Amino acid sequence: MYVAVKGGERAIANAHAWLAESRRGDPAIPELSVAQIREQQKLAVDRVMTEGSLYDPDLAALALKQACGDQVEAIFLLRAYRTTLPRFGATLPIDTSAMTVRRRVSAVFKDIPGGQILGSTFDYTHRLLDFALMAEGEPAPAPVAAPAEEARVPGVIDVLNRENIIEVERPASGDPAPPDLTREPLRFPAPRAMRLQNLARGDEGFVLAMGYATQRGYGRTHPFAGEIRHGTVAVEMVPPELGFAVDIGDIELTECQMVNQFAGSKSEPPQFTRGYGVSFGHGERKAMGMALVDRALRAEELGEATDAPPNDIEFVLYHSDNVEAQGFVQHLKLPHYVDFQSELNVVRAMRRDAEAARQAALKEAAE
Amino acid sequence: MESIDARKSWLAVLARAERATLEAAVIGLSPRPSWRVVKPAESGLAMVRGRAGGTGQQFNIGEMSVARCVVQVEGGAVGVGYVAGRDKRKAELVAVLDALLQDGPFAERLRRDLVAPLAQGQEAARQRVLSKAAATKVDFFTMVRGS
Repeated sequence: MYVAVKGGERAIANAHAWLAESRRGDPAIPELSVAQIREQQKLAVDRVMTEGSLYDPDLAALALKQACGDQVEAIFLLRAYRTTLPRFGATLPIDTSAMTVRRRVSAVFKDIPGGQILGSTFDYTHRLLDFALMAEGEPAPAPVAAPAEEARVPGVIDVLNRENIIEVERPASGDPAPPDLTREPLRFPAPRAMRLQNLARGDEGFVLAMGYATQRGYGRTHPFAGEIRHGTVAVEMVPPELGFAVDIGDIELTECQMVNQFAGSKSEPPQFTRGYGVSFGHGERKAMGMALVDRALRAEELGEATDAPPNDIEFVLYHSDNVEAQGFVQHLKLPHYVDFQSELNVVRAMRRDAEAARQAALKEAAE
Repeated sequence: MESIDARKSWLAVLARAERATLEAAVIGLSPRPSWRVVKPAESGLAMVRGRAGGTGQQFNIGEMSVARCVVQVEGGAVGVGYVAGRDKRKAELVAVLDALLQDGPFAERLRRDLVAPLAQGQEAARQRVLSKAAATKVDFFTMVRGS
């Protein structure tokens, strides 16, 4: 049978023109600027940077504008853009203990050096719609207080882990460069560095749901939020022209240190183990979900049961990426006319055979 | 020639400066310096690395945009600019200023009139953030129950 496989150019061009018009919305309403999105829809920008795996607030804001606010579409745009750029190298590992801390809380130790700093947070709000925001008006400036003399805020766990009853995170032998999923495919068993990169760029909804599942009993990890911090960190890299590290500016980051009860194994005494999560910008929900899943994926190396989905490294890592997931799901929209035609023929033949068998059985019964 | 530490500290300050400030600083010099572009300004990416648990094994968090440029000022030093973001002109200006700060007639003045005030301004901005954070610090108190 003849199947049309070409055509539709005019329809596609017109569909895209309509998309542009729809994106603009009612022209009587002022148009949003990219800078307005960057400044006033910051958390949307942060998520696009994290899962788009590219720290650039202007580009993430542009992607959101182009995608009409669709996060996964904006993430896709950012991922596509990065493939057009050369890679200058890698930064030195960022030092989060040197963070200019805007927020830092611990749910395991009350009295921590530097204190519990709430920062700017939705926590403790009543989640009631604020109709005042429908009117224009500037908020009152945030109150200030004298900052601590010591600006460096070391990690809670590193400071208070006197008995070493919490696992200590040390660099691998020789402190090797990590594998890079943008340059090499996933391989199994995936080392922790590969898992962390996958989770860092993974879909927030998926990572959150997997983390939630561990709390509900699928791969239970007995977690406590050891520390959550948010702020800016300096980024250093070594330009080949210089041969020494230079500071190229700051990025904003959120980090979660999860602490998990662990009964011990043949080689390890009972202790608390750890899971780690990080996101660009301010992304606590993502960083916490990631930390839960990181720990759940360590089940095998810690000699625990691995029978729940969040312990299944292949299952988690293969399904965390929303750009891949949306691509494979949405490709179903593309023409499958030939495939379906052949399936139609198969199902018709099966029906004929089934009907013939039924008739034969009826005839046999009658006789 | 300046020490590596001095150079690192002005590069960190210049990388955080607004492009317009750097542009004005270069334009304000007399006689106007000229330079040769050694590596044209380009924008690209750097892979940001982190550590598991903050102190453990390295892993890749994601990339960031970076602009870079290398120049040589006439009869003087080679300057290198690496800055976060995609602003190629800013990378070039940082490279020019890096060269001028290493030696020559402008080094002293640029250090005093450009780098020092910029560093001060950046530290003041950081302190403003820290003081807002300090205002959100929790003061715990213990409830005494019974008599």
